[in-house]
Amino acid sequence: MIIKILGSGCSNCMRLEASAKVAIEKMGIPAEIVKVTNMKEIAQYGVMRTPALVVDEKVVSFGKVLSPDEVVELLQKA
Amino acid sequence: MQIFQWINDALLKMTWLSDGVQWVVENVFKLSIDERLGGSIHFFLYDVIKIFILLSVLIFTVSYIQSFFPPERTRKILGHYKGVTANLLGALLGTITPFCSCSSIPLFIGFTSAGLPLGVTFSFLISSPLVDLASVILLASIFNWKIAMAYVVFGVVLAVAGGTFISMLHMEDQIEEFVFQSPLLEMDQETMTKRDRIKYAIEQVNEIVHKVWIYVLAGVAIGAAIHNWIPQDIITLILGKDNWFSVPLATLVGIPMYADIFGTLPIAEALVVKGVGIGTALSFMMAVTALSLPSIIMLKNVVKTKLLVIFVGFVTIGIILIGYLFNAFGYLLF
Repeated sequence: MIIKILGSGCSNCMRLEASAKVAIEKMGIPAEIVKVTNMKEIAQYGVMRTPALVVDEKVVSFGKVLSPDEVVELLQKA
Repeated sequence: MQIFQWINDALLKMTWLSDGVQWVVENVFKLSIDERLGGSIHFFLYDVIKIFILLSVLIFTVSYIQSFFPPERTRKILGHYKGVTANLLGALLGTITPFCSCSSIPLFIGFTSAGLPLGVTFSFLISSPLVDLASVILLASIFNWKIAMAYVVFGVVLAVAGGTFISMLHMEDQIEEFVFQSPLLEMDQETMTKRDRIKYAIEQVNEIVHKVWIYVLAGVAIGAAIHNWIPQDIITLILGKDNWFSVPLATLVGIPMYADIFGTLPIAEALVVKGVGIGTALSFMMAVTALSLPSIIMLKNVVKTKLLVIFVGFVTIGIILIGYLFNAFGYLLF
């Protein structure tokens, strides 16, 4: 599973990344976290609000700093 | 009218807080507030506490309202209008759409690739950081309602004028190619319940207070220094009402700075008390919030140099003009 965090690197993006890390550990799944800061790449996903969370190339959340539990929920659905 | 006066004094100016802090300064620190040190401590404590109380209440209320207008919805609404109406609507929606400066570029791309006219997007981009509901009420608290309303009107006029001007120039070729080719994400907007909105509003309060507290403390500290330590002669010499260059100077100093409007208000407040023109102080605030070096660098990612220069130039000149207007006619507002 590849999890991407889209965002220019502001504090919200870092908080979302931290939540994702905790979520992965909690679930004990092999997943890789990739940070996408390049605007061109972010634009390819069509999100208007960062930070956004992308799981295996599918946008699952945007404009929100999710808590670890919320990330777990989204990962289970994905 | 008396009831309004009371609401204004108690809730916005918080005269009770000023009295309370005065009591603390006089009885705990054993200083008179007419002295320099006592005066500085009073200004600092009173302003910091007042701003944080107002900030929390305001952000909660404003975020609750904003939760009804996510950018995706704004984009849809704006798509139905044309011409100056669209610019005006863009500027007005800019004041209520939740917006974080780090989202400005994805938002720009999202608006443009959806086919919104460039000018409308710029109207939105100018008004969004400049005129913010919470900052308006804070302005009313520090100065008065007339000044706050005048600030809103001029901020919106600047946003509409800037967007219209950019529309007229037909500068679509000044946008980086990839912006137009970006896909639109059509994701089902989950409907929010009342509880979701309250949760969102509380999160926003946490987030924003977390983000701006340092700017508020710095701003109030600078305000206190201006208030009590920098001689009035020096301030009036450089930024006084009689100096024609005070407005452009305040604007040019403010532009590269990145700070929050909540941090700049106490500086503007202290400057006005020291005899600086209201227009000069407002120009400084507008310049700090509307333009900043980080936001200009970000915009460079999607916009070519020519349009960037026109955008920054137009906003700068607009802010300077607004400053002169307020300096000339500001006495009507007190």
